[in-house]
This record gives sequence, C-alpha cells and structure tokens, in this order.
Amino acid sequence: MTAETQVREPLTLKRVGRFVADNPLIPLVVLLLLLVGVLEFMRPGIVNERWIGNTIKFAIPLAMLAACQTMTMLTGGIDLSAAVAATISAFVMATQVPIVGVPLAICIGLLPAILMGLVNGFGVAVCRVHPLIMTLGTGLIATGCLQVYQRFVIASGSVVPDGLAWLGTGRTWGLPNSLLLFVPMAVLIIWAQRRTGFGRLLYALGSNETASRISGVRPWQVFLALYALSGLIAGVTGLLYVGLIKAPSLSLVNPLLLPSVAAAVIGGTSIFGGRGGYGGTILGALILTVLGTLLTLLQMPEGARRILFGLIILTVTTIYIRLTEQSR
Amino acid sequence: MTEHEPQTSLLDAQGVSKKFGAVVALRDASLTIQKGQIVALMGANGAGKSTFVKVLTGALRPDTGHVRIKGEERRVGSPAEARRSGLLPVYQEPSLIPDLSVADNLRLADTPVDDFRHWVAELGIEGLRLDDMIGALPLATLRILDLARALAAKPDVLLLDEMTAALPTDLVDKVLRTVRAQADKGQSVIYISHRFAEIAQICDRATVLRDGETVGDLPIAPGVEEQVVELMLGTVLDKAPTRDAATGHGGKGEAHVRVRHLAAGSKLEDVSLDLHRGEVLGVVALEGQGQDELFEALAGMIKPTAGQIAIDDVPVSFSHPADAIAAGLTYVPGDRADGLLMSRSVHENIALPQLARISKWGAIRMKAEADKVAAAIDRLQIDTRAMGEVQRLSGGNQQKVTIGRWIAAGVDTLLLFDPTRGIDVRTKRQIYLLVRELAAQGASVLYYTSELAEVPAACDRAVVIFNGKVVDVIEAADADEPTLMRAAYGLTRAEGEPA
Repeated sequence: MTAETQVREPLTLKRVGRFVADNPLIPLVVLLLLLVGVLEFMRPGIVNERWIGNTIKFAIPLAMLAACQTMTMLTGGIDLSAAVAATISAFVMATQVPIVGVPLAICIGLLPAILMGLVNGFGVAVCRVHPLIMTLGTGLIATGCLQVYQRFVIASGSVVPDGLAWLGTGRTWGLPNSLLLFVPMAVLIIWAQRRTGFGRLLYALGSNETASRISGVRPWQVFLALYALSGLIAGVTGLLYVGLIKAPSLSLVNPLLLPSVAAAVIGGTSIFGGRGGYGGTILGALILTVLGTLLTLLQMPEGARRILFGLIILTVTTIYIRLTEQSR
Repeated sequence: MTEHEPQTSLLDAQGVSKKFGAVVALRDASLTIQKGQIVALMGANGAGKSTFVKVLTGALRPDTGHVRIKGEERRVGSPAEARRSGLLPVYQEPSLIPDLSVADNLRLADTPVDDFRHWVAELGIEGLRLDDMIGALPLATLRILDLARALAAKPDVLLLDEMTAALPTDLVDKVLRTVRAQADKGQSVIYISHRFAEIAQICDRATVLRDGETVGDLPIAPGVEEQVVELMLGTVLDKAPTRDAATGHGGKGEAHVRVRHLAAGSKLEDVSLDLHRGEVLGVVALEGQGQDELFEALAGMIKPTAGQIAIDDVPVSFSHPADAIAAGLTYVPGDRADGLLMSRSVHENIALPQLARISKWGAIRMKAEADKVAAAIDRLQIDTRAMGEVQRLSGGNQQKVTIGRWIAAGVDTLLLFDPTRGIDVRTKRQIYLLVRELAAQGASVLYYTSELAEVPAACDRAVVIFNGKVVDVIEAADADEPTLMRAAYGLTRAEGEPA
C-alpha cells in the first residue's frame, strides 16, 4: 500500500518512457530509417545519392518554417502567420528586384515579415492575446495587404535572383546548396536553445510562466523578441523557397504551414510548451518529406493519400506522447 | 444552551476514520448535532477539519465509522444528492458561477426566489438586482448571496465554513444575528471558524479535533477559549524540534526591510514589521489572515493598496517581481507548483534567475553556471539521482530546488512561505538549519509557517497576524505553541500590547 509499490508496477513501460523522454531523438531516427527501409523495399534502388539530395532539398524549407513553430511552441504558443510572412517576403522581394536591384530587394522583402513578427509579439506579450488567435489574425491581415500590394506592382513583373535559385535548387558534390544556409542556422538555433539565456527562457516560460515571473523574468520582453525572430526566420524561409520553386505567387509557402506544425509536433515539441527542441523538428521535417514520397509511390488517389497522411501523423504523435508521458 | 434529551440526533457522526495512502487524515472523529443547535467545529492546521467536512457532506467515503443524518446513513454522492439529504455547506469560496446572473444561479440550484430575496434583505444587502452578473459583484456580497441561497433551501443542517472571513463588520453582525435567530427557530448549524469571539456569541457547543481525532466536546461558557486551545494543542510540546544552530544576531540595529501599514487585496489590512539583517522573522497566522497577500506584495506579485515598504530606509515600490528581486527580496511560494519549472531539469530550475535580465540573454557561461548550481545542490544536499525533470523529485527535494535557486543567485532577503508544508522530517530539519545558517551569514528571512512548533526552532522573533493586522510580536524564547496558538486565534496576552 505504500507509494513505492505503486510506482513499481508499470516499471518497464515507465523505463521506456523515461528513456524516450531523456533521449527523444532516438525513436525519431529509428522511425526515419524505418520509412527509408520501407521505401527501398517497395522500389529497390530508389534510395540513392540523388534521392537523398532531393529529399533534403525539400525538407529544408519545411524544417526552417518549423523552426518558427518549434520556438513559439516551446513557450506554449504557435505562429500561424509564419507561412504568410514567408510568402510576403518572397513575393515582395521578387517584385522589387526589377525596381531596386537584388540586395535592396532582399532587405525590403524581409521587412514585412519582421513587422508581422513584431505585431504578433506586441499582441501576445502586451495585449495577452492568445498566440493562436493573434497569429491567425495577422496572417489574414497580411494576406489582404499582399493582394493590395500586388495591384501596384503587377506591371513591373517579378524576377527570382540567380543567387537564390542557385541556393534553392543547386547542388555541390551531390549535396543541395541550401545546406549552406540551413546548417549554420540549425546549429545556431540548437545552440541558442541550450546555451543562451534567451533559449532557456523559452523553455522556462512554456514550463511555468508564474515561476518565471517570480524568478524575475519579464515575459513580454521574451515574447516580443521571440515572435519578431520567428517573423525573420519565416521571411528567410520564403526567400529560399522561392529560389526552389522559382515562381512567386500569392500563396507560395501556405501549403507548408500545417506540415510545419506537424514537423514540430512529431519532433517531440509539446504544444503546451516547456518540452522539445529543434533537433527533433529537423527529423520531423525529414520524416514528413519521406512519408510524402512514400505515399506518392503508392499511387493512391489524392484523397486517400491525405487521409493516410493524417492518420500516420496522429498515430505517431499519440504513441510518442504516450511514451514520454509515462514518466510524468 | 438548549438542554436536550438523548433522542436520535439530527446529525450523528461516530468513529470516522480516513486514510490517504500512508497518511492518516482522520483517526476517530465524531460530531453530533441536535435540532436548533449551533456547534463550532475547531482544530489547528492539519487537524483533519477539511477531511471531516468532506466526509460529512458526502464528498468522501470514510474508511470506518458512520455518518447519519436524521437516522439515515450518509451515502457518497453528487452535490445535488447532498443537498436533498438535508446538509448544505457554504464554503469560503462562494459556489456561484461568475458568468451567469444571480437569477440564473438560483435556477441552477432550484432556489425559491422569494425566500432568497427575503434572506438577502434580512442579511443586509440592498439594491441587489437579480439580473446582475455574479462576476461583477464584490466578494463580501457573493458570500452573503451564497448564504442566502443556502438558507432559502431550508436545509436541516447548515455547514458554514469561515462564513465571516472577508466580510465587513456590519455584515458580520447581521450574519451572526440571523444565524442565531434561525437556530432558535430550530435550524441546526455546524460553524467552522477561527474567531473565538463569534463562537462565544452564537455557538452552543464546540467540538475540537486534534490529529484526526475528536478530543473534546464542550459547552460554550466563559473561559472555554483556554480549554479549547489546550485541547487543540494536546501534549505535542515534547515533540517540538530543538534549535541546534547558532542563535542569529538578528533583531538589533536598523531595520533592513521596513514595512509600514501595508494593505493589499481583500485580506491584508494593516501590517507593520521590521526585518533586520541576520534575522529570521517568523510570521504566524491561521489560514487566510492576509499572510499570502503580505508575501505577494513584498515579492512584487501584487500591488499594495496602502502603506510603505522601505529597504535600508529607502522607500521602494514594485510593479513586477523583477523589481523586488533587484531590491534583494526573493520569494519562495507556498505552492511548489507555482515556483518550479516542472518539465525542466534541476540545473535549469536553479539557474533560472541568473538569466532573467535581457543583458543575460546571450551565451551562457556554462562552466560558471555549473559551478554555482553544483554549489547550491551541494549546500542543500539535493538528491539528484533523478537527474531529469524536476517533477520526478520528491516534495522535499523540489522545495530545496526552489530555495537553491536563490542560494545560487546570492541571498539578501528571503521570503519563505510555508517551506516545510508536506515534506519529510529530515528535510524539514535541513531547511531550519539552512535558514539559520543564511541568517548567520547576514541574510534576512521572513518565514511564514503553518506549523507553530517550527517557530522556536527556526525564528528569532515572530509576528502574529490575525484578520489582516499584526496582533502580537513574540520573541523566540517565549514562542511556545500555546502562546503562539492563543495569539494566532486573536486571544491577546494579558500584558500584550503589540510591539
């Protein structure tokens, strides 16, 4: 009847749970390798250098957009305006290139994304609007603004700079050039999450805002900086993505929005905050990309593919959360 | 004071016991009420009062013993069932839904509206409109409405839990007179209160709980207060922890933290105190006397409504805990869930305050941080075998983490709110020792505890707060449990002029 015997009962499951909670990346790596194995089994020879390069190339913009979700989710928030911010950056940049030239166009393109982030941050931090509502709102407003903007630049046309196309689609020694942008960014984010005061505060706020306040943290400062940073990363993602797609449109990055949330969740970041990290998200983005290829290979109708995609995401996430929650 | 023949009583609870795991909350509790009686249910913190109330209202099933109402066995059931069975509780937190109007709330509980209006008027609330939203009404009004609603339902037994807390004096008077008048008409009441004056005014008998056991059932008569206090204390004195750390050199010279006429929230009315360097100042109070607000105001969590705080004679005002921390006031909340990042590691929890300011947002100097954290863990002897999330630690170790955070950051003034609540004896002793040690090194500690026996062990002096005001200041040497208990219940000492 003592507490100790009660603890002992589900020990093996609990151990697995603790192991997963302490080493959250291992089951994700296993899942990724499993999916690649299935793919190779279904279509022997498909997994080659070229395929790997392509998978990474398409996973990178997703992983970058998912960085916005990961960081905001660590505080218990979300950034639903990230895809719109990315689209705006890409569109504004591409339409400004014929007018002001490439370097200035890139700067002008990033401005609206950062501005959106600041507005999100102000709403979340100062007005205490729930991030879901706040970012949904700014996303809608920004989409409207983009449509108005389009009317003014429709005559000048759009150009995707060669440099971005090289970064987005090019390869060097078989590896996509976008790694040049992505690897430093990923290293920086992972380092920031673990080894900087700002990164720690994201976890702290997501884990317990009251405790953070008692410890002297002023949450609004963190939220403002966080959402502005999220806007900036979204903007950069947009620039890279238009280099990959090479055709700016008003809904360029939007299809990546929900997958970016899914990548963060599959990667083990809790939507309630306080748990997770960017390493898992990168694996999540890779898993989603490989899963996409797999479902395409199955030659199912589009509808069935989506159903299966949704089911797999739900199953994986449920199992993963169940495992890690055993340790609570 | 009604005499009664031993007929079947209206409510009869005998030999009730209740265990939660290894913790015995009730051992042998009993209570009987006859028609038209008001019985005070009394007991110190942790005596088992709340568990007993839950058993009486049918929210908990007792392990042994029985509860009979009008001779019928009490069954565990829904609140609605409890209502029909004839015992109606009115709790400290009004059970009215804030987002509904008064009328809608009445409809939910099927309260007759005319009776309700009658009682509201009787209890002294004027100008109430039934379409007023509950959320827009002040707390005192809500408590009255809750009582009126209960009276309108005509229960056999009414259970009033600290009914007069948070009420202004005129309403207290009306409530007491109404309840007594109802009892004279045959209504039975269980009256839970810390206020002896009220109990003497309206109650017929007092039933006293100690350590989960009914230790006395006394008729109310002059001088009964002393008897009740003695019963509540029992013979716990020989168990009192001894003080084995060096006596602090506190209480001398200029005050480090000076609080004058501080008021905050609805409960803290007027508290003045001086906290010296090297002093551990105990705060003794029954639950809900304003001590929560005192600590939160000092910690910058809430804004005082009146009064001043000065640090080394410089007046300060805090709009955020960060301001209080900058002034050296660091806070360990009573509820550990408020103080900890449950899903993060011991390390991150302890290092948190050092990263709070924007200037610390950059790269962490990992080595320096690890050293500080290790020093704090070492000093507090935190058991870190479960290196992962803090929620895996025992309560005692969790509490050490919340304190260790400020040890690592450097302690100036520590506000400890009931740091030993619900933790094991060994850890408690470690915490007393630590507090004494910090004081010996020149820190100031304000130490609220719900366990009176801790005061002589850990503190140099103790201020006693009752009803939002300081009613006594007691030196550690005189702070035995009976003295503290009497003071906490607002029974001032004969010579007692509050310092």
